[in-house]
Formats: sequence, structure tokens, C-alpha cells
Amino acid sequence: MSNSKQVKHLWVRAGFGMRFEDFNEYGNSSINHVVKHLLKGESTSTAISTVPNNNDYEALIKGDIMARKMFLQNQKQQEKDLNLAWINQMSATDAPLLEKMTFFWHNHFACRTNNAQFAQQLNNIQRSNALGNFRTLLFQVAESPAMLQFLNNQQNQKGHPNENFARELMELFTIGRGNYTETDIKESARAFTGYGFNRTGEFVNRKFFHDDGIKTFMGKTGNFTGEDIMNMILERKETAHFISNKLYKYFVNENPDPEHVNAMANVFYKADYEIKPLLEYIFTADWFYDDKNTGNLIKSPIELLVGLNRQFYISYKQADVLLQFQHVLGQVLFYPPNVAGWPGGKNWIDSSSLMYRLKIPSILLNSGLIDFNGKADPEDEAYIAAVRNQQQMVATRVQAVPDWNKFFQYVPKSMGKTAIAQFMLEPKPGNTLINSINQATDIKTMVIELVSTPEYQLC
Amino acid sequence: MKRRDFLRNTALASGALMIPAFLKPFEALAMNDISGYKNLVIIQLSGGNDGLNTIIPFGNDIYYQKRKTIAINQPDIIKLNDMQGFNPNLSALKEIYDQGWMSIINSVGYPNPDRSHFRSMDIWQTASDANQFLTTGWIGRYLDSNCQGCKTPYTAIEVDDTLSLAMKGADMKGIAVQYPDKLYQNTREPFFKDLVHEHDNTHLSEDNLGYLYKTMAETYSSADYIQKTSKTYNVTAAYPANTLGNRLKTVSKLINSGLQTRVYYVSLSGFDTHAGQQNQQGRQLKIYGDAVAAFVKDLKQSGKLDDTLIMTFSEFGRRVEQNASNGTDHGTANNVMIFGGKLKKAGIYNDAPDLTQLDNGDLKYQVDFRDVYATLLDKWLNVNNSQILNKNFAGLDFV
Repeated sequence: MSNSKQVKHLWVRAGFGMRFEDFNEYGNSSINHVVKHLLKGESTSTAISTVPNNNDYEALIKGDIMARKMFLQNQKQQEKDLNLAWINQMSATDAPLLEKMTFFWHNHFACRTNNAQFAQQLNNIQRSNALGNFRTLLFQVAESPAMLQFLNNQQNQKGHPNENFARELMELFTIGRGNYTETDIKESARAFTGYGFNRTGEFVNRKFFHDDGIKTFMGKTGNFTGEDIMNMILERKETAHFISNKLYKYFVNENPDPEHVNAMANVFYKADYEIKPLLEYIFTADWFYDDKNTGNLIKSPIELLVGLNRQFYISYKQADVLLQFQHVLGQVLFYPPNVAGWPGGKNWIDSSSLMYRLKIPSILLNSGLIDFNGKADPEDEAYIAAVRNQQQMVATRVQAVPDWNKFFQYVPKSMGKTAIAQFMLEPKPGNTLINSINQATDIKTMVIELVSTPEYQLC
Repeated sequence: MKRRDFLRNTALASGALMIPAFLKPFEALAMNDISGYKNLVIIQLSGGNDGLNTIIPFGNDIYYQKRKTIAINQPDIIKLNDMQGFNPNLSALKEIYDQGWMSIINSVGYPNPDRSHFRSMDIWQTASDANQFLTTGWIGRYLDSNCQGCKTPYTAIEVDDTLSLAMKGADMKGIAVQYPDKLYQNTREPFFKDLVHEHDNTHLSEDNLGYLYKTMAETYSSADYIQKTSKTYNVTAAYPANTLGNRLKTVSKLINSGLQTRVYYVSLSGFDTHAGQQNQQGRQLKIYGDAVAAFVKDLKQSGKLDDTLIMTFSEFGRRVEQNASNGTDHGTANNVMIFGGKLKKAGIYNDAPDLTQLDNGDLKYQVDFRDVYATLLDKWLNVNNSQILNKNFAGLDFV
């Protein structure tokens, strides 16, 4: 693989596709240089602060029907604002790897809350530690109101343990199944008793609820706290392995190669869970650029939408359409299906979702009509019932504006049709597609066709 | 599909040398006996329908004590026996009930119930335990199980724009069809059409690109079959003009035209009634009752009711005691309603919910929902339930 092809593969995987603009700047740089650039990340991206700190829970508690309706509407609006703020940030950022890793942690520490403020706070924790240290990230997530609420740790009290948090901590967040016992769950749940939060969204270690008796966890005995438990889990190399395996599926191949994952786990463990050295190791490994590891990952709906936004510099007059697309494609930010996150891969694809994937690009780039609706999320039912807002099917023209001038400005003058197609698609295009490329008379039409193909669903 | 099967199937399409098997599978299918082709129709009520104000235990004083302002007054209730009766908004279903075409199963739920909408819906759709996360749905796994004639996406059709998790298996998935004509048109747009006829061998591989092309070809083929077949039947019965009415009318069209579909899935939302419940739930129940009654009568008329079984569920019921906003909060066990022309046990299937022995103010389940599924799988869809539900459930006796 030529250097510029390697750079493109790296950029596509480490971010949300590669623009001609990026290629002009980095296409001829060395892999090491590009990796360093991508890992730099933090300086340019900021925390999301769109949701203000002003939820009036009194209105909800009073139970007056109008006040309740207002509260729900306000809550809905905040959720929407947060969703759009993040998708815009992903679409505009100069630090794509930072957002891509934030997105990875968003799915890893999958969480739902109808408190947009808590959701925003957790998202910012995931961003500020996205390229930092996994231990710090884990500790902060474990103290976040969103997660404590989601996994019922508010109800985890001395004498009445609630094991939900302790169980998911081990099964999904750190070490994975097969590396702990049911007793470990019971004992560690006791250690997390008292972990809670107050109404203003701050972590509180409620000493009164904490069980400070002796616990036996993973063969050790002592008066353990939640932090002790997490440190003991991190001491086990299986944890480094579990995270490495998941990252491999995210960045490299959905069928992990055990040797590569073991090597990653070694790096991660040795670096005391620093994330950057691990990513640097992946992106500079020879195997990362093997043929079998290119052009074969199915983009998630968010990756697809953000990729289009970035490639074509799309601006939205009616940003709500981005939510509608998330619904029909089956991935709404902040609404993972459960604590295990989105299953990904082929799970994204069924007859209808694939059809929308092939149709959405031309709707966006050719101001087409939208005549489909996603189903409401189960969590939206209270809102639907309260405001009697049954979805109404109205075909609307999408008000999105791609910046074609900017797009073409960066396409190298010398680049022919086939080269453009090869740049925009990660897998090798098939014969029909090649024929259609050869016959194309208008580059713009050809480009729209290219992004409306099954090939474009892969990266 | 295993690579070997795939190659074998490809070789079978010998009449059309260059055309891969997956482009031509349906024409090759024998049109086996269409009469006696059993359908299952699933109606999902989203938001957690309040079962206690749907099938009302009016014979139990506790009901009136716990629901001071939202209980349905005795004279308004359509009585089914001396304990339970219909919410007046379900009046259209009385005739259906009296004909012996309806069965009500009380107190259906699962151990360690989850009161969050999305989690509990997930559990019902994947048929998992409360602490288990499955990525495939129960109907999807039925499709995966290689049931007879399960080789096509239209074996399970969801009348909606998008496909629910319940309909997604690991290898096979159902298809979402809101309007057969629209699906057909979408797949006949020039670029889609051209790509489907991609004969490039590289796309016959089992990798993700191959999977995408295969899905596309199946969609193309299914859209054609569904549109052409459904065209042959016109529904003349009157349906209420609302979303559920329209969707059930579409299901009737598909069933009556002889489509080789085993499972249909539709949903109706708006049941999360935390406040001002009586009006909101009443409105939704009327939509539901009128639409289902029209559907059942239509199927009876066309002679398909004996081959059809309808199941209605919701992700959970609601708390026995009302809240301060004239509504109810999330609860646990709920009733499941079954309709069909050949029910073994019509009427009220089991005891009314026990309102005294509660679990934190919520009903204790008496019937595991997977026993309901097991009954449908074993006795209606003719597949061993343990294959789909990962362990064996004894099942019930309503069919």
C-alpha cells in the first residue's frame, strides 16, 4: 500500500472519513507524523456546554398537569440541543480522533438519562479523558450522576445492596465475563454503597449509607471502598485485554486477531492504561494496513452522517432532520439500546435501514424530499402521551446546503474520475460502479452516486 | 450462510448463468399450499399500557380504593364476568369477545421486572432474562431457525418505516414495509436498480460488502414480490382512519393476497400515562379497539381468521395505586390479549390480577411472557421454542 493510501486509511478510521482538504494537507506526510497530529487532539476541542444548569424539578414534583407538560417539553428540547451540539462538534472539529474516541467511550460506558445536564456532564468526562488515562476515566464515570442514576447506585445502600453498578462495571466496563464470580459482584456492590449524587449533580460519598465492613473480593480481604475495587480490577491484565479487544473491533476489524490484541494489551498494561500509547501502537502497526483490515468496517449511522457533513460542508437550516435521520438509521446519540451499547457491524443493516442509507446522501446533496419517519424511542412515550403529539407524516423538503464550491476547491485539478471515486470509497468499486463512473459526464452527479452506494457504507 | 451453501445455491441458478442465486430465489420457491398458511400478527402498545384500566378488575374493592380519581365507574364498564370487564373505549371488542375470538391472559411478566421503558421493551423484544443483553429479537431468531419457507425477509413484515429489534436475527432479518408501493418505487430508482444487477463476483463474498449487496438484492426482490402479490387483493372492509387502522388494513391486504408471510408486526404508541390518564388512555384504547375489531371482522369475512392469531402486548403494566397527577407510574405485570378464529380457550384465561400480594406496589407476574411466546412458537409457528428462547418453556393452552 502506498504511503498516501495508508494515510487515507488511517485518517478514515481515526476520524469520520477523509476530505480532499485533509488529503491535500497530509496526503504526503509520514504515518508517524499524521499519528502525532491526530493524537494531539485536545488543544482544539472543547467541552459541550449547550445545556444550562436550570432544571426546575419543583414543577415536576408539584404534579400540576401544565407544569408537567412544560417540564417535559423543556427536557425534550435540551436533549435535542445536546444531540445536535455534539453532532455539530463532530462535523466541524479539527480533532477528529478526539471526537471519535469520545464516541467510542460513549458506546463503551453506555448510559441513558432523561436529565440532559447529567448526560452532557458524562459526555464531557468521556471527551476530556478520551485520549487520557483509562483509570481516570473510569473513576470519573463511576462518580458521574448519569451513570450512578442509570445503574441504580443511588439505591445501593448498606444492608440493601443494589448490584447493578458492580455487575456492569465488571461485565461491560472493565474485565469482561468469565473473570469474576457472583460473589465478587456481591462483595464489590457493598464497597460501592454510598456512592451517590445530590440534586445539583455533584458526586457525594454518603458515608451514612456506606457499608464499611470487611469484604472479600477477587481473593483479597479488607475494608474495601469503591476505588479499591476499581484499582484491583485494573491490576488484572484481563482488563487491559478487554478494552484492547473492543478497540480492535472499533478501529481494525470486527473479528479480532488474538495475537494483535495480546500485543495491544501488553502495551496498554505497561503504559498503566494511558490511551495514547495504545492508539499510537495500533495506528503504526503493520497489520493495521493489511488488506483484510481496510474498507471492511460498516460505518455506524453517526459515522455515516458526520462523514457526509464533513466531506460536503453541509449546513442545516432545519437541524431537526439530523435527529430524524438518526432515528430511521437506528442510532440516536445518548440513546443506546441498553448498557451494553449499540451492537454494531451487520446489526446496522436491514432492508429498510440500508435503503435509507443509500437514499439519504442524495436527499442531503440534492435537496430531496423526506417521506419517512423513525419510530419513537420508548423513552419518548411520556412526552408523546403528555403533548398528544402523534407523529404526523408530512413529506418535507430537507433544508440542507452542501458547499459544493468548497468541496471542488480542494479536489486536485489533475485528479481524474476514477481517482476521485477511489478516494471517496474505501473498498474497491465493483464493475457496474466502474462502468457508471466511466460513463459519468458530470462530476457532481457522479459524486452523489458514489456516496449512495453499498461501498460508501464501509470504511 | 456458510460459504459452501452459498456456492451451491449459486450453482443451482443454472438457468440464468450470470445471475447469482440470491437475485432469483423467489421465483424458484414452490408455491406450496397457501390455504392453511398460518399468520401471526403482533401488536405492540408502546409506553406501558395500564392493563388495570383496560381489563378492569371491578369486582375487587382494592381497585377503587387505590384509584380514587381514575377508576372507571362500574356502570360504564363492559362486564365480561363478575370480576373483570372492558374499558368502555373497547366497546367494539365486545362482539369479538362474545364470538369466542378473544382470550385475555392476566398477570403476564417476568422475574426481576425492569421499570424502564427501553429496557423492558428490549427484554420483551429479545425474550431475554432481566439481566441478559441479547442483540437479536425473538422473531429474528425464529427466522434464523431455518423454519420452513423462512428464507426470505418477507417471512416477517413490520408495517412501519423502520424495523424493530424483535424482527432482527443474526443471519436473517424481517423487512419493514409501510406502503408496498413506496417500497417498490424506492427500489426501482435507477441507481439502486443498476447496482442490484451487479454481477461482479467480488460481491458474492461473505464479507460485509457481500452482505450489503445481498441485503440490497433481497430488498429488491422482496419489494417486487410484495407489491405484485398485494396488488391482487382489495380490502373492502371499513377501517378507522388512523395509523393503527391503516396499518392493520395493510396487514389484511397482505394476508388476503396470499403473501407467504408468517409474522406481521405493528405498533401503537402513546400509552405512557403519568398524568391525566383517563382521556389519554381512553383515546388510545378506542383507536386500538376499533381497529382490531375491524381487522378481526374483516379476516372472518375473508375466511382467514382461522389461520390468523393476533397477540397484543405492552412492555409493562402500571402501578396499582394511581399517582397525584391523575395518572399512573411504571409497573410490572400486565395482560396480554390474543385474538383468533380457533382459540382453544377463549374468554378470560386465568385468574384476575391479585391486588393484595404486591411487590413494592406492583403486580406479581403469574405467567412468564416467554410461555406465551413458547405457545405461539410450538403450536402456531411449528418450531421448538427452546431453539428460539434458549431454554424450554412449557407454554400455555390458548391454542
